[in-house]
Amino acid sequence: MHNFLRYPRLFYTFARNSLIRDMTFRANFLIEILSNIGWMAMNLGFYILVFSYTKSIEGWDQYEFFVFIATTMFINSLVQGLFMPNAQELSELVRTGGLDYALLKPIDTQFMLSLRRINWSSLGNFFVAGILLAYALQHLDQTGFHPVQYFLYPFYILCGVLILYSVMFSLAATSIWLGRNQSLYDFWFYITNFSRYPMEIYGGNALGSSLRTIFTFVIPVLIVINVPARMMAMPMKPEYNYLATFAIVATVVSLVASRWIFKRALESYRSASS
Amino acid sequence: MYARAQTWWTILRICIEERLVYRGDFALGTLMRFLPIITQIFLWTSVYAAAGQGDIRGYTRDDVIAYYLLTMVGRAFSSMPGLASGIARQIRDGEIKKFLIQPIDLLGFLLLARIAHKLVYYGVAIGPFALVFFLCGNYFTNGWPEASVLAAFVASLVMAFLLGLFLEAAIGMIGFWFLEVSSLLFVYMLFNFFFSGHMFPLEFLTGYLPDWLQTVAHYQPLQFLAYFPAAVFLGKIEGPELVEGLCVQAAWVMVFFVVCRVAMRRGFQRYSGYGG
Repeated sequence: MHNFLRYPRLFYTFARNSLIRDMTFRANFLIEILSNIGWMAMNLGFYILVFSYTKSIEGWDQYEFFVFIATTMFINSLVQGLFMPNAQELSELVRTGGLDYALLKPIDTQFMLSLRRINWSSLGNFFVAGILLAYALQHLDQTGFHPVQYFLYPFYILCGVLILYSVMFSLAATSIWLGRNQSLYDFWFYITNFSRYPMEIYGGNALGSSLRTIFTFVIPVLIVINVPARMMAMPMKPEYNYLATFAIVATVVSLVASRWIFKRALESYRSASS
Repeated sequence: MYARAQTWWTILRICIEERLVYRGDFALGTLMRFLPIITQIFLWTSVYAAAGQGDIRGYTRDDVIAYYLLTMVGRAFSSMPGLASGIARQIRDGEIKKFLIQPIDLLGFLLLARIAHKLVYYGVAIGPFALVFFLCGNYFTNGWPEASVLAAFVASLVMAFLLGLFLEAAIGMIGFWFLEVSSLLFVYMLFNFFFSGHMFPLEFLTGYLPDWLQTVAHYQPLQFLAYFPAAVFLGKIEGPELVEGLCVQAAWVMVFFVVCRVAMRRGFQRYSGYGG
């Protein structure tokens, strides 16, 4: 029990150290937050433009879609804030042999490699997302809303974060095999790009359905945002219950798979330059 | 004159060889870059289906997709990855000194290095590009444009390359004054993303702008990096408008060329040679 309890304490220390580090360059920190918000504003602007020409996209009207975007922002800010800097560092650790240092520590290696650095500035978007969500919810017709959705929404956001984390960490772990994985970020961007749209748009032809199937069941990035967003914007539609159930299964399977991939990759780690 | 040409040729050759080292990574990266297009096809198909009208500000769904593909070509010419940040880094760590000592012009070197990069890029990327354009041929409902339009398209692409180069180099030169330009570059990329027409045909936006902003939007330089060549190819800009557009683009190339030169000269004067 004592062993297990030290992980929250360690996480707290990691978070504190990262914050101290970020606060050393305060102006830079502020600019990063602002530019993150800037990107999101541009993205939002794009959809406001699109919705000026159409009333809805595959059944999502403007404010429902704002909920979707807010969900995207919640999940992305958490993933980028907590895991992105670590995943990027992992390939660097493999290349330089710094991974030895992490392996020698008397704690779980995956835990350490996943959470050592926290990028606080990415969490700025989290608050903007909250404002956007509140604004969008005010404009939604809330008949059929159910109190339980407000508990399920954060839960499914957490599921989404964990699925994305698993994908990212698996990708990062492949750098142990490949020696170097510079295009990790590119790859990541192109895969998650599929997740940032309502899954209904992938349809109408064979390519659409196969994309939808692959990104739901093989690399489950499509459910990451779709399930929580739907839970909040159009809750409790019976035809989507199976998807919400599947999301839980997918989260567990992704986590287990990423751990397995990481362990396998570690076995073939040959320390470099030390 | 001959010696100079030889120097330039050598620089070009070295840069080409340097780029060819990573050709495998390169080809894969290029093909992956088309993946977001797939999402865009599905997104715009949904938008047009829901909008219930055949065209939005003169663009049909097929036009929009063709437009996206063409902006990829435009950006293949105009995007300069790492140029501004590279210059700023060289200023910061002192590497830029070599241009003060060696008889090589910094801007000339950058131009040649980028030509080399682009030549290698096209050499490798032409495969993926040809494949994608062949697969998506149906979206080009009007087929190939006339020879004159094609010539204008090529001219606008070449100028897009020069504009992208001088614009980013100018931003990099700011490093002489501020050392760190990454946040500035971020702001630039933000505007570039929106106003180069990389996300949507700019007509979608300009219709909503007040008059005075429309004038600004009509002449702003970023549109020539992606929107303008694509719109020319699709025949959205024709006749006198096309000629005017090309002239404005040429003017912007000159402006940023001069800005670069002046900034470089001024920058070297105040440069104090810090770093290695």
